[in-house]
Amino acid sequence: MSPIALDIAIHLAKIALIFFVVLTLAAYLVFAERRILAWIQDRKGPNRVGPFGLLQPLADLIKLLTKEDFRPAGADKWLFYLAPAMAAIPAILTFAVIPFGAPLQLFGREVPLQVADLNVGLLFFLALSSIAVYGVALGGWASNSKYALLGSIRGLAQLISYELSMGLSLVPTVMLAGSLRLSDIVGAQEGIWFIVYQPLAFAIFLISIAAECKRIPFDIPEAEGELVAGFHTEYSGMRFGLFFVGEYINIIVLGGLATTFFLGGWHGPWLPPFAWFSVKTLAFAFFFIWMRGTLPRLRYDQLMHLGWKVLTPLALVNILVTGWILMLR
Amino acid sequence: MPRPSVATMPIITDFKAIATGLFVTWKHIFRRSVTVEYPEVKRTPAPRYRARIVLTRDPDGGERCVACYLCSAACPVDCISMEAAEDGNGRRYARWFRINFSRCIFCGLCAEACPTLAIQMTPDYEICERDIMELVYEKEDLLIDGCGKDPAYNFYRHAGIGVAQPRGAGEREEEPVDARGLMP
Ligand code: SF4
Ligand code: SF4
Repeated sequence: MSPIALDIAIHLAKIALIFFVVLTLAAYLVFAERRILAWIQDRKGPNRVGPFGLLQPLADLIKLLTKEDFRPAGADKWLFYLAPAMAAIPAILTFAVIPFGAPLQLFGREVPLQVADLNVGLLFFLALSSIAVYGVALGGWASNSKYALLGSIRGLAQLISYELSMGLSLVPTVMLAGSLRLSDIVGAQEGIWFIVYQPLAFAIFLISIAAECKRIPFDIPEAEGELVAGFHTEYSGMRFGLFFVGEYINIIVLGGLATTFFLGGWHGPWLPPFAWFSVKTLAFAFFFIWMRGTLPRLRYDQLMHLGWKVLTPLALVNILVTGWILMLR
Repeated sequence: MPRPSVATMPIITDFKAIATGLFVTWKHIFRRSVTVEYPEVKRTPAPRYRARIVLTRDPDGGERCVACYLCSAACPVDCISMEAAEDGNGRRYARWFRINFSRCIFCGLCAEACPTLAIQMTPDYEICERDIMELVYEKEDLLIDGCGKDPAYNFYRHAGIGVAQPRGAGEREEEPVDARGLMP
């Protein structure tokens, strides 16, 4: 095989692997969430389909696929149909820049376990997470329903305020690593993880990604108690499923990014690199589920208050302090 | 209440509260669940549990129901219907009696309203059907061969004047007053 063909084959294999693993993981994350929430609430959770309920995601998939795909009267047809994809695709695209393992030696060449090692990987992630907002905004707008519209307005306001503190909290890691390339950021953490230098930035990033993937306590765009289901109120069947799966892919991806930026990526003793990456990423996923079982939803103005008046200034101060210390060194 | 400013935001107490909450939920993950896994494990309901309704008989084996319509009137969802009839010596009974269990909310008001203790609630709660029309119970389905909760009670021993026994022969019933006599 010529080198170029081999290159393409390896890339396609990696893309297929990521698609398969991330989608399966997202489906099982839904299941895990239901089980863990049930345990937290002293229940058992879905345990009927297959051993320990392990086939539940499959049953859910069949159910969603066979449901009616309903479009409300007066909805904007194309936007309504496109919005779920716009929410799910950027989420999984972000995974392209995450290094999920140490480079392998295959066919006499070095294969990085990362689809695209962009030199602006971090910016790529920030850009895609902004695009994902369009799914929420347009989905709510196109539904021709007040609940959906309110949900999408909230979603927009929330994501604008959190994108800022999320971006700012990542600046110190870039300063420490001296690169926007994700593999360099991981490489810079071979000895000590950035969470040790940057606990504050990590905390801000953690809060921001919880808001980014619209999880409790920041699930204001879909607030069931007030807005029925927020921006996806009018969606049914597999389109609703896409929004849903997009949210869970987002959890995995953002967990992976938090691992990459602050927890040393795939670095770690004893276990193989890929295992370390998975363990750390899933730990984040578990933490989000755990948080959902614990915290109530913030009020809209409390969220704005936290985002604009606390997290953003803190992140700015953190950047200044980091820069100062780096200069003195 | 004025909103706390950034400077006085009780950050420490907030964090403590969140950590406490997380700890509580963490402990609950390992606690035994309270779920009763229904089809395999069945709970025994209390004897006075309100579920499937029956029509009982008096100790002599006769139907207790006198088709007075009180249960039907008391029912908040109007799921009891019947047609009254009289037999040869004037005793009332229900020609047909129908309860639509797909509408019944098992409130027990019918059993409370019944003067003859004919209609009673039982603890049998497993009355699901695939076909909703199967939930419409006719008199044959409702009538049982026992006395239910109050075995000794017989309405016609107390009342039902002139139907089951001569006047004045019922339990705790006084001799009829001679309205034309002058004696007190
Ligand atoms: S239990 Fe309540 S709802 Fe059911 S038949 Fe009796 S009165 Fe009606
Ligand atoms: S069941 Fe009781 S309340 Fe209902 S009609 Fe018969 S006697 Fe009257």
